[in-house]
This record gives sequence, structure tokens and C-alpha cells, in this order.
Amino acid sequence: MSEHQTAVQEQAAPAKTVMFEIQRQDTPESAPYMESFEVPYKANMNVISALMEIRRNPVNAKGEKTTPINWDMNCLEEVCGACSMVINGRPRQSCTALVDQLTQPIKLEPMRTFPVVRDLVVDREGMFDSLKKIKAWIPIDGTYDLGEGPRMPERKRQWAYELSKCMTCGVCLEACPNVNDQTNFMGPFAISQVRLFNTHPTGAQNKDERLSALMTDGGLGECGNSQNCVVACPKGIPLTTSIAAMNRATTVQMFKNFFGSDHMVD
Amino acid sequence: MVRESEFYWRRLHSLLGIIPIGLFVTQHLIINHFATKGAESFNTAAHFIENLPFIYFLEWFVIYIPLMFHAFYGVYLAFTSKNNVQRYGTFRNWMFMLQRVTGVFLVIFIAWHIYETRIQKLFGAEVNYDMMADIFQSPFMIVFYALGILAATFHLANGVWSFLVTWGLAQSPRSQKIVTYVTLGIFVILSVIGMRALFAFA
Ligand code: HEM
Ligand code: SF4
Ligand code: FES
Repeated sequence: MSEHQTAVQEQAAPAKTVMFEIQRQDTPESAPYMESFEVPYKANMNVISALMEIRRNPVNAKGEKTTPINWDMNCLEEVCGACSMVINGRPRQSCTALVDQLTQPIKLEPMRTFPVVRDLVVDREGMFDSLKKIKAWIPIDGTYDLGEGPRMPERKRQWAYELSKCMTCGVCLEACPNVNDQTNFMGPFAISQVRLFNTHPTGAQNKDERLSALMTDGGLGECGNSQNCVVACPKGIPLTTSIAAMNRATTVQMFKNFFGSDHMVD
Repeated sequence: MVRESEFYWRRLHSLLGIIPIGLFVTQHLIINHFATKGAESFNTAAHFIENLPFIYFLEWFVIYIPLMFHAFYGVYLAFTSKNNVQRYGTFRNWMFMLQRVTGVFLVIFIAWHIYETRIQKLFGAEVNYDMMADIFQSPFMIVFYALGILAATFHLANGVWSFLVTWGLAQSPRSQKIVTYVTLGIFVILSVIGMRALFAFA
């Protein structure tokens, strides 16, 4: 901005605006409808700052007063996953969706793979239930001090770290043709999390439990290898490699479960 | 019930696609290929198969039962997927959709093909070179069979890829890519064999 700029000059300059088409829904049960908005342009604005602008002045493109749009957000730096929505047809995080890089009108829709709470807010509770089901944690509690765990080889830690970047955002579920209301596939992220926790030397001590969880309802069996997830994941997690790795691990586990084995966790 | 054991049904579906169905289809295409050497040659090869010992047992346990399971479960899988190639137009997503489209088309094609050959045999018709040559008097049938064969070879070749991933044999991105090229080769080779046989009858 030029230092000579005054309020008068601002008024005189032709106002640049950004067009939005937003799919709205008032309650979880009510029918969705589209509403257009014209938002004053600011340099480097992202979808969230535009939504904030609409909240400040909730008037739609027809000039009618309307209700502010509801959306979710938290970290504003693409690590929490809360702000995910479908932007111009693709699920992604709205906090890192820069207006300058999007074609207009910018279309915002909720990720309909999940129950819609209101407008762009969806309920991802199901994903957290899946994490419980696959025991996505490392049990270290005992009645006495268990001491230090085994060391993790550094080169293993490096690739496992990539898997740990998952923020449960739900984009891979939205992208997957097999996550829908006719199936109960828990989604690619959960399979990758089993690989992450089974890779950890302490986590591996109950790896058979996690694999068995993948071999039940909604688990690995529902993957049909469209491989959309790995294309869609904002964190670049090698989901399809994790899926194939867990396919291999469950192949072995299947035989161990059937015949019985002393090598359940090694 | 189906849901709780989905994992095992899915693995069985995958296995049956290769053993025995995939092996049977390959064998079937190769026998048909004898038609390129003339009617005599084809009839000898076909009679050899017809006269295998325990042929009824083989027909039911190598073909009908595995095929019916794979087909019906396959239709269930096909209609519970929500294809989205408009959103993700990647190669693998297209293959995913085509696997389902060819599968559903194969149900129609195979049903008709069995009716026209095996069921007619029950009514006293003789399954031989002339029977096929008769069928292919109609240009519509030539197109229908050509589509049927291509659907089957595609479905089998892409199924080999899917099988290797489903059982965790091809794991790294590189290995999956190499398998893609290998299965593309399988598709081309089986299609050439199938088409040559078709045009030998027609
Ligand atoms: C008759 C109708 C058929 C239908 C409806 C059908 C359907 C399907 C479907 C939907 C899949 C994908 C499964 C998934 O990825 O989740 C599939 C896989 C497969 N099909 Fe079929 N199919 C049929 C016939 C055949 C035939 C004739 C063959 C053998 C040539 C075959 C071999 C395979 C193989 C090898 C797979 C891969 C299994 C895997 O994904 O691991 N199918 N089939
Ligand atoms: S795997 Fe990627 S796309 Fe899926 S929930 Fe985790 S971060 Fe999101
Ligand atoms: S607000 Fe956390 S990822 Fe966007």
C-alpha cells in the first residue's frame, strides 16, 4: 500500500471483489441451498478470511441481509484438519486455500461424506470412533514403572513420522468412492494409523489386536484400490503404500489367527 | 452377517477371480484360438476338454460355483461404490470404475454366452465350430462377443493388479507401477488371442 493513500482515494479506486457460491444448510435435516456472495478483495486473502468478511457483513450478492455462514477452524496453519470443506469440487483445507489461486466464483460445499451440522460444519466423530476401534495409541500404563521402551531405528522413525502427520481431516474419506452411506468403510487414514502404531516398537507389542480390528466390519476389506486417497491427502501421506503394507500384514495374521501361533506380535 | 466377515468374503472374492476363474478364462481363450487353425483343429481341442474325466465336477467346482460367487459379490461391490472420476480423473480411479463397469457387463455377457452354448447342449445341440460360426452370422453378435472378450481380458488383467495389491504382494509405489505395466501386457496379449479366435469363427 502506498503511504499517500487516503480514505478518499480508497473510495475512488474501482472496488475489486471476489465471488463466492456457498452451499448452505440450516439444520442437519433441512435441505441445502446455494447462496452467492461478493466479498471485497484483499491481497493474499484465503477462503477463511473471506468467510470472516461475510460474517462481519452478512449480505448476499443480491444485497439481501442473511445469516452469517458457519464453518469450523482452529489452527489456521493446516495442522488441525477442522476447516476441511469441498472447494471448487475438491475436498481440502480452507485455511490454506488462497483466493488468488482459485477460479471464481469460488464454490464452497460441506464434505457430504460426513453428517452436516450446519452450512460448512460437518461431524467427524465417526473418524475418532474408528481410531478407538483400531487402538490408535500406545499402551504404556501399568501398575508399576515399566521403564524405557525399546529404541526405534532412526531410519524407521523418519518414514513413520510422515504417517504421524495425519490430522484426521477427513479429506481421504471424502475422496474415496468406497466411503459412502452404503458401506461402513472407516477410510484410508485408519489403515495408515495401524501401520504407524504397529511400527512403533512399543506399539508393536499389541499389533495383532490392531490388525484384527482391520479385519472386521468397515476395515481393510472395503478398500477397492481407486487410490484417490493418496492423491487427495494434504499431508502427502503414502496411504496406498500403508494399505498394501497392511494387506500383507493381515494376510499373514489371517493364517496366524486360523492355525494359532506363538508369533502374534513378532 | 455379511458385514462382520466382509474382510474374508472380499479376500475369497479376490482369490477366486484368479484361481480358478482367471485361469479358466485364459485356458478358454487359448482353446478358442485353435479355431485359427481351422474347424478340425478347434473341434479336436474342444472335444479334449469335453472328455476330461469328472467333467461335471470340474464344471461346477472350477467354473459355476466360483463364478457365481465372484459375480454376485462383485455386483454388490460395484453398486456400493460411488464412482467419482469427474472429481479425480487419475489412471487408477478410471481403472477402479472400469473394473466395475466391465464386471457388470460380464454378468450379462456370460449369462447369454452360457445360455447360447452350454444350455443349448442340454437341449441336444452340439457345441462345436459350426455352432460358433452360426452365431457369428449376425454382425450384432460379433460386436457383442468382441465387447464381451475385451471386457473379460481387461477385467482379468486389471484384476491381477488388484489381486497383487489386495494380498499385499505389490506394496511400494514402484512395484505397483511395474505391475501396472505387466498387467497392461497381459491385457494386450489375451485380447489379441481372443480377437484372433473370434475372427476365425466369423
Ligand atoms: C461375471 C461377472 C463379474 C463381476 C460382476 C465381477 C466384479 C468384480 C468387481 C466389482 C471386482 C473389484 C473388486 C474390488 O476391487 O473391490 C472384481 C475383481 C476381480 N475380478 Fe471380477 N467380476 C466378474 C467376472 C470376473 C471374471 C470372469 C474374472 C476372470 C477373468 C474375474 C476376475 C477378477 C479378478 C482377478 C479381480 C481382482 C480381485 C481383487 O481385487 O483382488 N472377474 N470383479
Ligand atoms: S490421511 Fe491425509 S487426508 Fe486422510 S485424514 Fe489424515 S491428513 Fe486427512
Ligand atoms: S484451521 Fe486447522 S487445518 Fe485449517
